[in-house]
Amino acid sequence: MAMVGMEGSLAMAEAARLANVDVVAAYPITPQTHIVERLAEMVANGELNASYIPVESEHSAMSACLGSSAAGARTFTATAGQGLELMHEVLYVASGLRLPIVMGVANRALSCPLSVWGDHSDVMAVRDTGWIQVFAENGQQAFDLTLCAFRIAEDPKVLFPVMVHIDGFHLSHVVEPLYLMEQEQVNSFLPPFSYPFPLDPDTPVTMGAFTVPILYSEARKSMETALRSTRVIINHIFADFARVSGRQYSAVEQYRSDDADTLLLTMGSYSQIAMDAVDQLRDRGEKVGLIRLRLWRPFPFDELRQAVENCQTLVVLDRCVSPAGPPGPVCSEVKAALYSQKKRPNVAGFIGGLGGRDLTPAEFVQMVERGRVIAAEGGEEIEMIGVRG
Amino acid sequence: MENFAVFVPRLLPQQEYLAPGHRACIGCGEALAMRLVAKALGRNVIVSNATGCMEIISTPYPTTSWRVPWIHTLFENASAVAAGIEAAVRIQNEKGTRKNTPKVVAMGGDGATFDIGLQSLSGAWERGHDFLYVCYDNEAYMNTGIQRSSATPFGAATTTSPAGKVSIGQTTAKKNMPAIAVAHDIPYVATACPSYPFDLMEKVSKAVATRGPSYLHVLSPCPTGWRHGGDISVKMGRLAVETGAFPLFEVVNGKYRLTMDFPKLRPVKDYLTPQGRFRHLPKDEVERIQQGVIREYEKLKKKAEA
Repeated sequence: MAMVGMEGSLAMAEAARLANVDVVAAYPITPQTHIVERLAEMVANGELNASYIPVESEHSAMSACLGSSAAGARTFTATAGQGLELMHEVLYVASGLRLPIVMGVANRALSCPLSVWGDHSDVMAVRDTGWIQVFAENGQQAFDLTLCAFRIAEDPKVLFPVMVHIDGFHLSHVVEPLYLMEQEQVNSFLPPFSYPFPLDPDTPVTMGAFTVPILYSEARKSMETALRSTRVIINHIFADFARVSGRQYSAVEQYRSDDADTLLLTMGSYSQIAMDAVDQLRDRGEKVGLIRLRLWRPFPFDELRQAVENCQTLVVLDRCVSPAGPPGPVCSEVKAALYSQKKRPNVAGFIGGLGGRDLTPAEFVQMVERGRVIAAEGGEEIEMIGVRG
Repeated sequence: MENFAVFVPRLLPQQEYLAPGHRACIGCGEALAMRLVAKALGRNVIVSNATGCMEIISTPYPTTSWRVPWIHTLFENASAVAAGIEAAVRIQNEKGTRKNTPKVVAMGGDGATFDIGLQSLSGAWERGHDFLYVCYDNEAYMNTGIQRSSATPFGAATTTSPAGKVSIGQTTAKKNMPAIAVAHDIPYVATACPSYPFDLMEKVSKAVATRGPSYLHVLSPCPTGWRHGGDISVKMGRLAVETGAFPLFEVVNGKYRLTMDFPKLRPVKDYLTPQGRFRHLPKDEVERIQQGVIREYEKLKKKAEA
């Protein structure tokens, strides 16, 4: 397949088209809008045979997705920032009812002050909604991971909704060279959707019954166990995607990390900037590498522990503030994951890239240098990078 | 009329789609209405139910009263969920991945309809989804313990509009929900009451036979919240209609028609007196309510005669 130049948003829409989605229910919000605009255009032009529901809010977007998915239709939506927050309570229902909805999220900062630009505040607020969550770091991955998301969500042993995160503007609006796939290739990877218990008068089911205290805990436990157990299946599906596309993904991806004494850890598009910084430091003879967390939920404990066990310092970037709390949600989760390990690196957390603020390779170099000092001292102060005042 | 009462019940299907054994209060007018709605809908249906009394009484896990496919997700989104189901069925039929074409029906109480779910309902109507929305109106948030909603009538005491030394209870008039439905230019809008079961079932059948959105507004007497005996719920519904407090009508393609008209309305105090929620009202307030009922009824008659 020839290389094309395409926005991350449009690449995601292209993946949804190749997945032959049945229903798209969506509401416009920057920086996600290009995804659903493109899908509306495809439906209008007959390039995609789908029901397109232009709902009146994100709450209704996700609610319509619940109905559509429960009726057994392959369902896609996309949102960002405030829209993801407006969906908040509905997200829990999607995972609780085990509905394999796929959603693109063009990560955006949260008001107040209003900012349409990218960071991970929206993601972190929906961390515990029970969705599988993957992070793309470039346009190619926006396309690839969306296709993988359908296959993962709909696997009979998974049946969980999946969020594919692409950083607002940095990925949603940047035109990049990438490879699409032929319909036959996609068909050989993604079988037709068959939901085991659809809403159907011939086989009536009751979905969404309520539970009393003697049952609620068991319901949550079974859901949590099921979500945790999807890690193995996700790895298999990434491997199968590599068979079809030649592009291999994994829960934790590494860059020049083999002999590193210091590792950076990032999620999303800034991984690409961090790789530049790693190259610069390597050129100076420093043993520095990068860990990119591809899979945010289910959290890849084993892979992460293994990836960082031989380094002395781990420097974690968060694009979200946990006000008056620990250094950042990703950093505190990483620290928690390593606490039980006999051999573990010192961890330093930085916050940066808020509300669309760029981070330069020089700032990643600065994080490495400063991080080594903080980590050695065991500091708990929140350090923001590239901020005035 | 005598013959009607003898023969019509025999023509009704025996099959029940809302099974007995649910947990509604004794004398619940809403459960009765829902049973009749389910009976009129038949088996080829998918129901999206908002959070509320009817959801709670019918589906305590692992039991269910529903013999048709049924989904409950949240309080304010039953219409949006129904929209998703309808869109799914439509495309599945087109792609040949579903053989049947069930009717899609959303239902909720007055809180889910008048208040928290009004936006999603308005959106679904505006987009023209082919579905029926049934509002079981018992005029307050009964499931959480009788709090006022915008469906609560003027003068009614609830736990959040209590009658007190300086308050007569609910100080605002009931929101005109059927008029809001009509304002969306949807093809079928009707009011009904389980005290008139054949009328109710007939309207359900008409509504689901209509292509596009339809709205059925069902007044559902609630002994617990209205503070009347559980043995007079059906009578309370009849009094609501006979006094003109809750007129029965339908609006087909914008054209109003009274489906139950009376040469002379009963005094509204006949309806108010058996209800504890109105018992604090002084005579002049009852008279004020009486004048309001007559005024609204006349307005409705004019629309029907237009």
